[in-house]
Amino acid sequence: MAAYLLKRLGIGALTLICASVVVFAVLEIIPGDPARLMLGMNATEDAVQALRQQMGLDNPLPTRYFAWMTGFVTGDFGHSYTYSVPVTELVAERIVVSLPLAIFALLLTVLIAIPVGIFAASRQGRFSDTAVMTTAQIGVAVPNFWFALILVYIFAVWLRLFPAGGFPGWSAGLWPGLKALILPAISLAALQAAVLARVARSALIEELNEDYIRTARAKGLPQRHVLWRHAMRNAMIPVLTIMGLQFAYLLAGTIIIENVFYLPGLGRLVFQAITQRDLIVVESVVLLLVASVIAVNMLVDVTYALVDPRLRHR
Amino acid sequence: MKTVNSIIAASVLVLATGTSVLAARSDLVMGIVLEPPHLDPTASAAAAIDEVVYANIFEGLTRIGSDGSVQPGLAESWTVSEDGKTYVFKLRSGAKFHDGSALDAGDVKFSLDRARAEGSTNAQTPLFAQIDTVEAGAGTVTVTLKQPQGSFLYNMGWGDAVIVAPESADNNKTNPVGTGPFKFGSWAKGSSIKIVKNPDYWGEPAMLEKAEFRVIPDAAAAVPALLSGDVHAFAQMPAGDALAQIEADPRFDVVIGATEGETILSTNNKKPPFDNLKVRQAIAHALNREVIIQGNGSGYGTPIGSHFSPANEAYVDLIGTYPYDPEKAKALLAEAGFADGIKATIKLPPPSYARDGGQVVAAQLRQVGIELEIIPVEWAQWLEQVFKAKDYDLTIVSHTEPNDIGIYARKDYYFQYDNAAFDTIIAELDVTSDPAKRKDLFAKAQKILADDAVNGFMFQLPKIGVWDAKIEGLWHDSPVQANDLTKVKWTD
Amino acid sequence: MHEFPRPRQADTFATLFGKAFRNRSFLIGFAVTAIILAMAVVSFFWTPYDVTDLPVTNRLKPPSLTHWMGTDHFGRDIFSMIMVGSRNSIAVAFIAITIAAGIGVPLGCWAAARRGWIDEALMRFNDVVFAFPALLSAVMITAIFGPGAINAIIAIGLFNIPVFARVARAGALAIWPREYILAARSAGKNAFRITIEHILPNIGNILVVQGTIQFALGIIAEAGLSYVGLGEQPPMPSWGRMLFDAQTRMIVAPHLAIFPGLAIVATVLGLNLLGDGLRDVLDPKLRRER
Repeated sequence: MAAYLLKRLGIGALTLICASVVVFAVLEIIPGDPARLMLGMNATEDAVQALRQQMGLDNPLPTRYFAWMTGFVTGDFGHSYTYSVPVTELVAERIVVSLPLAIFALLLTVLIAIPVGIFAASRQGRFSDTAVMTTAQIGVAVPNFWFALILVYIFAVWLRLFPAGGFPGWSAGLWPGLKALILPAISLAALQAAVLARVARSALIEELNEDYIRTARAKGLPQRHVLWRHAMRNAMIPVLTIMGLQFAYLLAGTIIIENVFYLPGLGRLVFQAITQRDLIVVESVVLLLVASVIAVNMLVDVTYALVDPRLRHR
Repeated sequence: MKTVNSIIAASVLVLATGTSVLAARSDLVMGIVLEPPHLDPTASAAAAIDEVVYANIFEGLTRIGSDGSVQPGLAESWTVSEDGKTYVFKLRSGAKFHDGSALDAGDVKFSLDRARAEGSTNAQTPLFAQIDTVEAGAGTVTVTLKQPQGSFLYNMGWGDAVIVAPESADNNKTNPVGTGPFKFGSWAKGSSIKIVKNPDYWGEPAMLEKAEFRVIPDAAAAVPALLSGDVHAFAQMPAGDALAQIEADPRFDVVIGATEGETILSTNNKKPPFDNLKVRQAIAHALNREVIIQGNGSGYGTPIGSHFSPANEAYVDLIGTYPYDPEKAKALLAEAGFADGIKATIKLPPPSYARDGGQVVAAQLRQVGIELEIIPVEWAQWLEQVFKAKDYDLTIVSHTEPNDIGIYARKDYYFQYDNAAFDTIIAELDVTSDPAKRKDLFAKAQKILADDAVNGFMFQLPKIGVWDAKIEGLWHDSPVQANDLTKVKWTD
Repeated sequence: MHEFPRPRQADTFATLFGKAFRNRSFLIGFAVTAIILAMAVVSFFWTPYDVTDLPVTNRLKPPSLTHWMGTDHFGRDIFSMIMVGSRNSIAVAFIAITIAAGIGVPLGCWAAARRGWIDEALMRFNDVVFAFPALLSAVMITAIFGPGAINAIIAIGLFNIPVFARVARAGALAIWPREYILAARSAGKNAFRITIEHILPNIGNILVVQGTIQFALGIIAEAGLSYVGLGEQPPMPSWGRMLFDAQTRMIVAPHLAIFPGLAIVATVLGLNLLGDGLRDVLDPKLRRER
């Protein structure tokens, strides 16, 4: 197991290093001078040059890459060009939006998908199963940003129950904060729930067809008991795998939804930073997101290996 | 009966306290479209910075009033020498920075010297280019110019020329310390900036206790925020097509004012075929300003015929120079040798006046045989390709700097316009301070630009102010980009 | 270990056809996809109104007999725009998926045939690509090359390479140990020939099914990119862009958002059903439990 863990960690680190080189290289070739952008149309060439020097943009490439990497490893992400504050501070401000949103959305996903999956599996082939799975089939086809628009129209514009966008900050209180996250979380959860419900259903059905379940049934155990105690436990493995991937997706892949709702989250931060050529922010935040995806994947793999030792040698 | 009476009495009391609470309302939430990158107006061209700090946190020697006039700021008065080269400013006594230190002549000298120094990162260094020396006296500052400059006092009212203290200047980006009626409170990046009343202000204190600038970039969020009362005012409302609904609502005031934003179809005057006057005239004839304004994303705007704000007293109406006439446009193109049409590109920066307006412009030019390929660009690319490298045919930009007709005399400017007669007028303007003469010169300058069809002059960007009808004192026009909250109050 | 049967004698086209038309998913999916495709093709020759014309004075009209789906903020006919937009959606997604399959499948087969470090390198490449949030990378790609349909194709294509590589590799790995492959090997055929003659024909089915599903995902991805302004550029209409333009006008003209959204849902749903149906028809072993 230790050997497997070490190997997995090594692979993770290698992936991260490759990713860091890619991010750095890509941002180097993005056209646009951050200094000129900050000073605008009327600034003289001298002023722009002075600012470039101040920002350290004139240093050679390898120097800047290693400076960035050593900083990143030690937790110093550098200073944002545009906001002139440490990137760590920016990330801290944004993560209190993105992380709760991801958790909220995942929670909704699970709360919807698992009962629906169980319900459909236990009524396999019946009308209610078909109806639920058809809904899930449609759910998978709905782009989340369109669903978000529809939600905004119904709940924000028409019923005026929730804000149409923006985030008041947690300092405004728990409820106003949560309230601002409800619609975004629902729009993110809808598609994920549809996916997870389908996975949960087929995993359960597979388990229900296994011999030990047949035995349990033959012994006269009630259906409910069989479903929950036996089938569910084993069906959780694929379900948890998908959930891990979904969480990684929800943490990093929410740019569009953050844009629809004007949430000051990580995705939006990177999006803005790219247009403002705030390269240091883009580099660090993208790498941070990549690292979190790698970490979640690793966690999933390791859990998997713990549960099923055969997988260690794959 | 008695109980009923006491109930009525009680409710009257409640109502009375209720109203008194309302009358004493002293907070304001103002929506802004763009979040400032930081809060130091002397180190960036971003208008969003001025929209928060100008006149609220920072003040200059002079200030620009809501009507665009130059008014005393931190200098309560000044004298100008006969030759127009020496200005003596008398500073306010009792003016203090928010950190408690008193404003003195040394701070003024520091601020001006810092802005014009070698290696300065001020975005508007040309404003200070004519300054020769700055000397600090006892309560006075003497500025000597290299040559007379008619716009000097106006220049000193720009946000880029505000007075800062040497001790705090380096931290102004995150913790701005100025002399204004409001102090910086807090900044939740990506969502809002809060400022609070400065009790030690040298002048008439602000009527609001606190104010918040909330970042709301789009109509989709702005309109519900306004309707629900989360936000009380927008100096520049991104309402789009929903504005009609808000106008019909008696709870709100909608004020369409003027800005300094000349929105133009900028043309590369050195690049064939646009170096040909006939081609530029054809473009001018092909543009239907009314329709462009309808499709510009807000539906508002005042047509212009040259590069000058209709709100300025020196404005001359030149819209009729080349009226909308597609047939004439085609004829002019044929005369210029382009009977088969022209293929060109138009680079559009992100604002909707450009992205939406640009599509309308492209459709109109296609009617006369000019086929435009639309290339959307971000500001970073726009500055790089269009502004710096002059690698463009056409583009659409709103030039929001006040009184900026002088840019047409700049040889390195991206229009690549070159007209000696025009340059002479601008040079003369620079050394003229007599208002009547200046007005006359401005008129001449406008006429030359219109006749030369340097750019497609389309419309003046509107200032769509929307606020709670009970709020008073917000600016109707926008001669500089600012949200001066000094005189804002709730009425009841 | 399961017994690996010799490859089935391929169904004749007629039997497949018969099977397909008894499958409900396939039928519905096929019909919807055919309609969307037909719409895209017709739009080349005819649309109710010209979408390059901007009759601004006729803007934001609700659905009516003259404009079935109303008009947008430039007075353009929404139905015509949806017709023209469909060809952009389909073209971008289709080309991107084809390129991705064209690169991913050979990579996957190669890795399965050679194993060793090549296999390891491919897996690591997959890890790196998968670790990047897809949209974020698309944003960076377009920041370099500028927005447009071509770059949407690159962005979507890039992220689908590992998907196809993985599916092809897994499929090929399952087939390599089979007896008839061993036989072919001992007959002196090299890995390349075996892949061409035996592996590919046997994994073709799962690739077609995967391709259909990725195609559907590609449609959503394209809409997402256009929505944030990185896909096809004006004046050509695209579904995602139409939704972006609709967002700020929801209050006054909700019809702007409804129709493009329905078009996306219909297309994706159609392709997903088609994929499910194909899976049932082509490969009964993979048939979902019903």
